[in-house]
Amino acid sequence: MNRQLYNKLIFELSHKGRKGYELPKSGVESADLNDIPSSLLRKEPLHLPEVDEPTVVRHYTNMSTNNFGVDTGFYPLGSCTMKYNPKINDEIATAHAPADLHPSVPASMAQGALEAYWTLQKQLCEIAGMAEFTLNPFAGAHGELTGLMVIRAAHDAAGDTERDIVIVPDSAHGTNPASAAVAGLKVVEVKSMPDGTVDVEALSELVDKHGPKIAAMMMTNPNTLGIFESRIPEIAEMVHGAGGLMYYDGANLNPLVGVARPGDMGFDVMHINLHKTFSTPHGGGGPGSGPVGVRAGLEKFLPSPRVVRRDNGTYNIESPETALGSISATLGNYAVQLRALSYILSLGREGVKEVGPMATLPANYIKESLRDVYELPVDRVCKHEFVFDGLKDKSTGCTTLNVAKRLLDFGFHAPTIYFPLLFHESLMIEPTETESLETIDEFVKVMREIAREAAEEPDLLKNAPLVTPVRHPDDTKAALDPKITYFEL
Amino acid sequence: MHRYIPHTPEDIAAMLERCGMQTTAELYSDVPESLLHKGEYDLPGGMSETEIRRFFDALNERNAKLTCFAGGGFYHHYSPAAVNAVVSRSEFLTAYTPYQPEISQGTLQYIFEYQSMMSDLTGLPVSNASMYDGTTATAEAMIMSTAASRKRSRVAVSRSVREATLRVLHTYARYHGVDLVEVAETEDGVTDRFALSLLISSGELAGVIVPSVNRHGIIEDFTGLADECHAKKTLLIVNADASSLAVLRTPGEWGADIACGDAQSLGLPLNYGGPYLGYICASKALMRKMPGRIVGATTDDSGQRVFVLTLQAREQHIRRDKATSNICSNQGLMALYVTVYMSLMGANGLREVACAGHSGAAYLSSALERTGKMKRRYPASPVLNEFEMITEEPAAELIARCASEGILAGIATGEHSILIAVTEMQTKADMDRYAEVVAQYSSNN
Repeated sequence: MNRQLYNKLIFELSHKGRKGYELPKSGVESADLNDIPSSLLRKEPLHLPEVDEPTVVRHYTNMSTNNFGVDTGFYPLGSCTMKYNPKINDEIATAHAPADLHPSVPASMAQGALEAYWTLQKQLCEIAGMAEFTLNPFAGAHGELTGLMVIRAAHDAAGDTERDIVIVPDSAHGTNPASAAVAGLKVVEVKSMPDGTVDVEALSELVDKHGPKIAAMMMTNPNTLGIFESRIPEIAEMVHGAGGLMYYDGANLNPLVGVARPGDMGFDVMHINLHKTFSTPHGGGGPGSGPVGVRAGLEKFLPSPRVVRRDNGTYNIESPETALGSISATLGNYAVQLRALSYILSLGREGVKEVGPMATLPANYIKESLRDVYELPVDRVCKHEFVFDGLKDKSTGCTTLNVAKRLLDFGFHAPTIYFPLLFHESLMIEPTETESLETIDEFVKVMREIAREAAEEPDLLKNAPLVTPVRHPDDTKAALDPKITYFEL
Repeated sequence: MHRYIPHTPEDIAAMLERCGMQTTAELYSDVPESLLHKGEYDLPGGMSETEIRRFFDALNERNAKLTCFAGGGFYHHYSPAAVNAVVSRSEFLTAYTPYQPEISQGTLQYIFEYQSMMSDLTGLPVSNASMYDGTTATAEAMIMSTAASRKRSRVAVSRSVREATLRVLHTYARYHGVDLVEVAETEDGVTDRFALSLLISSGELAGVIVPSVNRHGIIEDFTGLADECHAKKTLLIVNADASSLAVLRTPGEWGADIACGDAQSLGLPLNYGGPYLGYICASKALMRKMPGRIVGATTDDSGQRVFVLTLQAREQHIRRDKATSNICSNQGLMALYVTVYMSLMGANGLREVACAGHSGAAYLSSALERTGKMKRRYPASPVLNEFEMITEEPAAELIARCASEGILAGIATGEHSILIAVTEMQTKADMDRYAEVVAQYSSNN
């Protein structure tokens, strides 16, 4: 991380007559576009910058030093599973991958690529306890939407067309209700118990009330407090009894990898975030990948195109009549899938069992190390993450936001804040399995130091961050007078 | 322990002790015994890096290496080496969505640059931070139009948009409850404007979706369409490949309200389908209906210009089931990729790319016609770098035969038709060789 802000825009480095490219010579004389009617051509000239290669590289390199990634430091962002992104995965996805292979090539010309796809989906089936996966969805939210479409397609195929309600816990990620709405479903919230788990009695009432209208229940397990929903078999039985299907949001799958499988818990449909659980880089907000898995009997509804393995060991691409339709032009974010496959191959059957416990242990360790100075609303063994309800001593007036911003000063990324909505001062911490004990101990030390500052120097804390190159950006100004392109500056 | 997990037995013992536990099994004491996975996972044994490389190299040998004349939205373009170098920087690669602007200015700033460049390309003032791909971007545009109209749920789409786009639109429409109607094509392979006008005049359409360059490679003419739409309070949505807009009339110049489509053509590697990039741009009036993230400029305490995520009240994490869309972050790194690409290429570079593709397409289509085995399907229609041919030889057989000669001939669009694209990446010799292989066909063999 830079201590100086580099904030020039590439447009401001433009100098007429400079360029950073040289096209290959094809041997065909390049003519102008004279044979295209001028009414079909662009009139307004482009205002792209004119910049040379050294300037471009230096500009973006300087810009990158304003950024904080997993390679920069500890990123305890709850529910985001910011684990280390192994370098071999990146190498595989670039140097050992079919970079020039067009997605429309006939299956016979892409047997290696299809085998990689098929192998990964089979490995995800094994790890998650599902019958089949599609890797087509581009992201977790896209996976959720696809999964809900699978559920609607299954109900429709059974002639059960009146089911339009999705039950979602009040602790759920905001994406769950949003995905339900995009899929044309109505959301009914089920409330949580004080310990953050689903209130099974309240759920029972909802199931009685809405029974034949229930399409699905969406859950994460462990939930957004990092607490395992121990009554999941009962919940699944209840929803299944009403004819609904169980959807598993894979955002919190990491602590269960190698330990327990959603498919064994009664979930019918699920998605996985390869960019969380399977170590692919988050890319500053994508590209991710959100494979959707289904239990036996629901495979036929998965979206087209589908990759199938024939009896003779070759692979084909199919678009079954029963599929819910297409949710993408291609088989998804292929280079991301390759990274996840590389990761699982590296773990192997032994390594996969270490992921869940080693992600869970440091979370409990941090929780136990800080509970005397931060408010622990749910005092139970957690899984990969847990939630503090702000500082224990509320009299200082220091908030979770202050704590989060102060962490930036100490070289840590902030935890997830003000989520879940169950508490006013939520501070959600997820260390993952790839952080050393020294890093974790340093984090604990800093968190304690911040608690001390709250007590002794609250005004300092309320002013945080103090030493980052950017301090207190004016969000209100940004929203009231939006300037969203260079041309508006 | 596996090499990505740093914990030694001593570390584990120390952590367990703090937790008051004896074994890691106690971490799962709240998981019912019946749910714990017993026995081995059916996975191979863990591999070293060398073995992983060998594994993928062996797979890759079973993919054909072909000179690519296929397009259909995804094109084999040149990309300067500097693009990949920048995108590989782990400060960009391993960051999360820029929730903490104090330590995410790198990501926020390139998204701002990206929004500026996409706005410039499309001629519309508002861009979001990226979409998954062109098909889903178009589906989001469709949903945007129904949300903006409030009362109307019907959207018309030209049959001349690409098949994949049409398929995805139908999927989203079916589940979201949009009444999606298709507008036929004329014999000339373009949107039937008469049929479309009739639909618009009903005053029941929330939106109209038409392609700038259509599924046959033809550049469509939308003269007067925006006025027709706007007279009936219908939004005009133009689907266009980003790269083509460097030279073709922009959605903004056509009077469109929304532009959407694929941006893979801005130098992204083909990578057998992804990751690619979709984009969506819109008029100012629709800014608050946009899906996804938007970055805006502001100032901080010291008065310096900084960038933040803005207008977040639209988004799923605030609005939940009332959100305009469920999308979160999308293809952030691919937005960086095309931003660096456009920085290096500039307006002149993008124009050269378009001209090279156009000239190549003219050369190849003539060469293929001279074989006597192919003819242009729509010879009178203007194209940019992609055209459709009627083939004497069944298209699937032609593609297979060319593949054995190292050529990806194009995309079969029917039993005897094929869509062919040319970019700056195929040489004259490649094209001559392609024509030679086509000429070798004899209907008797």
